[in-house]
Amino acid sequence: MTAAASAAAAQDVLPGSQYAADDAHFLRVQRLTKRFGEVAAVDDVSISIGKGEIFALLGSSGCGKSTLLRMLAGFETPSSGEIFLEGEEISGLRPFERPINMMFQSYALFPHLNVWENVAFGLKRHGQSREQIATQVERMLSLVQLKPFVQRKPHQLSGGQQQRVALARSLALEPRLLLLDEPLGALDRKLRAQTQFELHSIIKSVGVTCVLVTHDQEEAMTMADRIAVMSAGRLVQVGAPREIYETPATRFVADFIGTVNLFDGMLVEDEADHCVIEAPAGRFFVGHGITGVKGQRLSVALRPEKIEIATRAPEGTQYNCLQGRVVESAYFGASSLYRVALADGTRLQVSVPNSERHGEVIAVGTEVFASCRPESLVVLVN
Amino acid sequence: MTDHLSIPPASHAATVQFGARSWLALAGRWLVRGWGRKSVIGIPYLFLLLFFSLPFLVVLKISVSETEGVQFKDLFEFADGTLTLRIKLANYQFLASDPLYLKTYISSIRFAAICTVLCLFIGYPFAYFMTRARPTLRPILVMLVSLPFWTSYLLRIYAWKGLLDDQGVVNNFLQWLHLIDEPLKMMYTPFSMTIGMVYTYLPFMILPLYGTLVKADPSLLEAAGNLGATPWKAFWLITVPLSKAGIIAGSMLVFIPTVGEYVIPELLGGPQTLMIARVLWEEFFSNVDWPMASAVAVSMVGLILVPLVLFNHYQSGGGTAAGGGGAR
Repeated sequence: MTAAASAAAAQDVLPGSQYAADDAHFLRVQRLTKRFGEVAAVDDVSISIGKGEIFALLGSSGCGKSTLLRMLAGFETPSSGEIFLEGEEISGLRPFERPINMMFQSYALFPHLNVWENVAFGLKRHGQSREQIATQVERMLSLVQLKPFVQRKPHQLSGGQQQRVALARSLALEPRLLLLDEPLGALDRKLRAQTQFELHSIIKSVGVTCVLVTHDQEEAMTMADRIAVMSAGRLVQVGAPREIYETPATRFVADFIGTVNLFDGMLVEDEADHCVIEAPAGRFFVGHGITGVKGQRLSVALRPEKIEIATRAPEGTQYNCLQGRVVESAYFGASSLYRVALADGTRLQVSVPNSERHGEVIAVGTEVFASCRPESLVVLVN
Repeated sequence: MTDHLSIPPASHAATVQFGARSWLALAGRWLVRGWGRKSVIGIPYLFLLLFFSLPFLVVLKISVSETEGVQFKDLFEFADGTLTLRIKLANYQFLASDPLYLKTYISSIRFAAICTVLCLFIGYPFAYFMTRARPTLRPILVMLVSLPFWTSYLLRIYAWKGLLDDQGVVNNFLQWLHLIDEPLKMMYTPFSMTIGMVYTYLPFMILPLYGTLVKADPSLLEAAGNLGATPWKAFWLITVPLSKAGIIAGSMLVFIPTVGEYVIPELLGGPQTLMIARVLWEEFFSNVDWPMASAVAVSMVGLILVPLVLFNHYQSGGGTAAGGGGAR
């Protein structure tokens, strides 16, 4: 896992993103549980996060990701478990004693204070001198390019500007750990896409270790070095964005991240370099071996963009070729989506990039052959 | 635009015509709506203007008019082709020269200020913990605060007599405990009057405070804590400034009526509790000196108008901050 994280970080040319192997356990969450009455919002979660890493907690609402974040900030007390920051147990510390700053989903900017005072708030609480505060606020505001707005009150700023004030305020104290709660959730779609990269480059340039919570997989993928997919208070899978997408560990992850075609079937052949799975929709030849027994019930996952469709049967394939009829099609600009009804009734989703301006259009009702390569398939043990 | 191109010319003209007609309708509606808005604001203002300023002008006139027996002379006199305006300021001169009035004004302001401060100190924690109660419990708490209004104000003031009298509940109880040998003198003192006024006006402090505090975003306190502020510091730096509008509104709602309070000083006050409303009553009904009484009344309005103007000034000045808080 850490190897994947450092590989991802190494791609980044900005300073501060490299971290030594010793720093792999910069933040260590150990068997953390939070119960509200009978319900465990966070259930026995353990994670290690490396220094300078951006780590995303991804899950749908109510999965416990926010509770986990709030325990890191100290707003919730864990029912059991420990939190170590640089080897020091911090779960007993009150929020204002922790070297951790958080950017709130609603930004929680102080409405009666202007931009300058908002950013200076934390610095003043830590008894810094007037000059130190002025320099640091200035530095933070130039980092987020908000210098012309120092005198404005939060309600006089746009959503994007408020977000940047919130970021500057949470970075001003140079926290050892930065927490982001749905950092882009309050922004509109277009602004979000642009802000994602900006936020990522600012955090990386500062070099702060960061845990972010989001329900938006795209946000998690652009921002994070590693993602933890959460469901019902538990971690389902932890890995680099690519790992999570291309080799989902469970059916839940495959289904949650992106779109996927899932086929339930039975293992009929299992070799070191391949396996064959028999499903009602057809026979799947998978390009990797698994540790299973023949006759075992399994699922095969196939991403829509890894399928090719053609009106003529591809040559020499007895596997991974499904015949069906196009029942729906949608044009998205960059790509087109086809829904293909297979012989057994299942609907196959196929995404085709529109790489040519006047490429072939497959009409609804056309008989098609959908095929994929053996390595595109992922076997999921239920 | 593309739609218009496909329409044949005849119907296109019809569209234009319809457009003009709908413009008229729109303008008409705007006028009506403007009228509605104006009357919604205007009628209450007109009402206030009539029923506040007319009696006040009458009182103002009495305070500066000369008397002829029991008759008030007109201010304007037209004789021999000259219009004369005679304003008698002797009452105001007397008001300024007799230290009793000044002492009474100061004493009234002092008692009102003490009551306001006490109400604020009792009411703020009260309102604060009301907002901290379970959301389902809050309407009940609000109702409990306003519950005393369901019984007569006079009756409730009178009840304090039964409590604070020499033979009252409090003294009897303390004597029964052998904490005191003889009854404490509580009635007809500044103490009994202050208690009565604080008790009566406390809801007027609590309700506006509750109104602003309940709107406070709890994540702001978390943010303050996250940035290193202790809960106490966060309270002073975030909660208190953001409830400024409620503090001002509550203080005004307590201060203004207590300055001119008559019933409570009359029932619970004593010789030490000089209040302007009682002087006013005496001038009107014991001395039957209406011009003098009117002068006292006009000065009292002036006394209340000053804080009102200040209040309005602060409201509009603090309005941006409160508005920002509301928008969140």
